[in-house]
This record gives sequence, structure tokens and C-alpha cells, in this order.
Amino acid sequence: MSTEAITEHGPTAGEYIVHHLTHLNSTGHAQESIVQFSILNFDTLFYSLLLGLLTVFILHRAARKATPGVPGRFQAAVEILVELVSNQAKDLIHPEESRRFVAPLALTVFIWIFLMNAMDLLPVDLLPRLWEGVFGAAGGDPRHAYMRVVPTADLNATLGMSIGVLLVCLWYNVKIKGIGGWVHELFSAPFGKHPLLAPINFLMQLIEFAAKTLSHGMRLFGNMYAGEIVFMLIALMGAAWTTGGGVSGPLLWIGQVVAGSIWAVFHILIITLQAFIFMMLTLVYVGQAHESH
Amino acid sequence: MNLNSTLYAQLVVFFILAWFTMKFVWPPIVKALDERAKKVADGLAAAERGRHDLELATRRSVEALREGKEKSAEVLAQAERRAAQIVEEAKTQAKVEADRIVAGGKAEAEQEILRAREALRDQVAALAVAGAEKILRREINAKVHADLLSAIKQDL
Repeated sequence: MSTEAITEHGPTAGEYIVHHLTHLNSTGHAQESIVQFSILNFDTLFYSLLLGLLTVFILHRAARKATPGVPGRFQAAVEILVELVSNQAKDLIHPEESRRFVAPLALTVFIWIFLMNAMDLLPVDLLPRLWEGVFGAAGGDPRHAYMRVVPTADLNATLGMSIGVLLVCLWYNVKIKGIGGWVHELFSAPFGKHPLLAPINFLMQLIEFAAKTLSHGMRLFGNMYAGEIVFMLIALMGAAWTTGGGVSGPLLWIGQVVAGSIWAVFHILIITLQAFIFMMLTLVYVGQAHESH
Repeated sequence: MNLNSTLYAQLVVFFILAWFTMKFVWPPIVKALDERAKKVADGLAAAERGRHDLELATRRSVEALREGKEKSAEVLAQAERRAAQIVEEAKTQAKVEADRIVAGGKAEAEQEILRAREALRDQVAALAVAGAEKILRREINAKVHADLLSAIKQDL
């Protein structure tokens, strides 16, 4: 998998990882500061849009052909997902009117995140290497051909979605409780209605919203980022056989195959689980926005 | 982990996809699911009704069969009774007829006897007269003794 990434003069392991963790962005080189809103990550945008379109395409196909008669396998599969999300939504969000928006949102998020996570299962060097070829052929320096293919391993994507969920939560807070009711709740929950407690309550509420949103986005990001790095380390282990030589070389190669297989199989669980968790938390948070304290 | 404007883009995409699903995906699928659930429920209800109907029909057919058997037995008994009655009637009629014929015969025979006796009496009287005539021809004038002879004739 990764042997191809080692060129004649071969990057070091550190260089290899840094190269793989650098986004294809609007500047053409790695982002320098932590927050820089002048930059766009083209790779994340491209893959998340592509997979988002694939998601709605799949769902729309199923929806167009949906019949109340005997369903085909494809329809049944989509229906299972719809039922899954719909049942969870029914448990967590009581007003039917809210479910009409939140349940489809949760379904989209589930499938979309699952597909984005599943990009992790492609060989780590496959798409970046192809991009290097294209970039080089277009006259660029292949060493600066950056590409990350897992959008959910980009904090921008996961935080973008979790902020989206936060906005939905705020919207329903206002919609269900009214502006006055919600402001009242901000200052009177969780500790109770007392002028002295109001600032503390408000602070707690702010912290709660921030913590929910950050943990929501960070959880998914962290899992996928870690998974990606483990795949890179496994690839590096195999790559080391060209430089290692001796008996350890072939063993390292076998090690990569074994470890890569095990981690990939385990990762199937993680990508599904993380997509499911993100969806469930979306429903839980929106459900909480409906509850008055 | 660097933050940049990709975040906003992702946020927008997030809502567009959710909107699309809400508008074009969720309603038809949920509608199909609900309709199927209703269909299945209807089917089950129909099956239940069918089973109930079958039970009723079976019960009715058993009842009809029983009734039919009863009726046929009744008809049979009636027919037997009627046959016996007819035989009885025929017997009686035959007896009456026979009696009548016998009585007729008897009466005729008696008539015949009476007539024969009358004829015999006439013949005997004539014979007696003839005999007496022969006897008397020698001794008696028939004309003289005519009332005597008719008196004898009466006594015969």
C-alpha cells in the first residue's frame, strides 16, 4: 500500500505522516495557524459533497421506487434504516411536527457520515497517490500534492455538522418555548430561579451548549483521525521492509497485511458505530431542546 | 486539526442534504411503510374474517345435513305408514267387494231357486193335472171338476 509513497530519496516516517495529514486547501500548502477562515479545504469539500450527493441519490432512488407492496432488497434495506431512525426519533422527540424535519435530518446524517467514515477503508495511499500523479502530470510538484480522503477526519467537517445540530437545537428551543420562555430557562435552569443564581445558571447553560457541540464534533473527528493515523502507521510498518532488509523485511510486510486486515475489520465497527452515535446524539440533543426544565 | 471556512461550507451542505431528504426522500418511504402496514393489517383482518366465515359455514352445513337426514327419515316413515294404510284400505275394499259379489250370487241363486221351484210347481201341477186328467178321463169330466183341480193346484 504505502511502498509507492516512498520515492527514491524516500521521505522519513514523520514526513510521510505529515504529508498525509495535510489538506489540499486553497493556499496549496499546510495551514499555518489553528484558525484561519480565509482557507478552504478542497479535499474535504469535494469528498463530503460527493458522498453527500451519493447519500441523497441512494435515498432518492429508494424513495422514488417505494411501493406499499412487496419491497425489493434495496428498498427493504433503505426501509430498515428509515425504520431505525424513525423509531429512535419517536422515542426521543415527541412532537410529530418536529420529527418531520429532524428524523430525515438524522437519517441523512447517519448515511452520510457512514459513507464519509467508510473512506477510511480505502487503502491510505490509493487516492493521494493518484492525485500525486494527476498533480505531477499537470506540472505541479508531486511532493506538494496533498489530499486527505476522509472528510470526517477533518475537524471542519465534524464541527460544521455539530454546529448545524446546535443551530437546530437553538431553533427548536425558541420554537417550542418561545423567546421569553427560553431566555427564562437560560437564567433559571439548572439551579433554580433566584436572582443570585441567574448568572451561574446562564454560565452553566452556555457551557452545556458549548460542551455538547464540541464533544459531538470532536468525538467523531477524534475517532476517524485516530483511525486514519493507525492506518498510516500500519502502512509505514510495511514500508519499512524496503529499508530494513534482512529477515525483518518480509516479516514487516506480513505484519502490515495482518495488522491492516485486523484494523480494517475493527474499523468497520467503528465507522458504523460513530455514524450511529452521531445520529443518536443529534436526536438526543434536539429532543432535549424540546424539554422544559 | 485546523479550523477554516470548510466548516461553514460543511454546515451549509449539512442543511441542504437534510432539507432534500425531508422534502423528497422521507415522505414517500414513510408513506409506503405506513400503507404496507395498513395493507398487512387489513390482510390479517380479512384472513380472520375468512376463518370466522368458514367456521360459520361449516356449522351451517352440519346443521343442514342433520336436518336433511331428519327430513328424509320422516318422509320414509310417512311413506311406510301410507303404504300400510293403502294395503289396509285395499284389503277392506276387497273384502267388501267380495261380500257384495257373494251376496249378489246368493240372491241370484235364491231367485233362480225360486224361479225353478215356480216352474217345477207349474210342471208338477200340469203333470198332476195330466195324470189326473188321464184318470179322470175315464171317470170325471174335466169341466165339472175344474174348480176342484185348481184348488189342488193352489195347494201344491
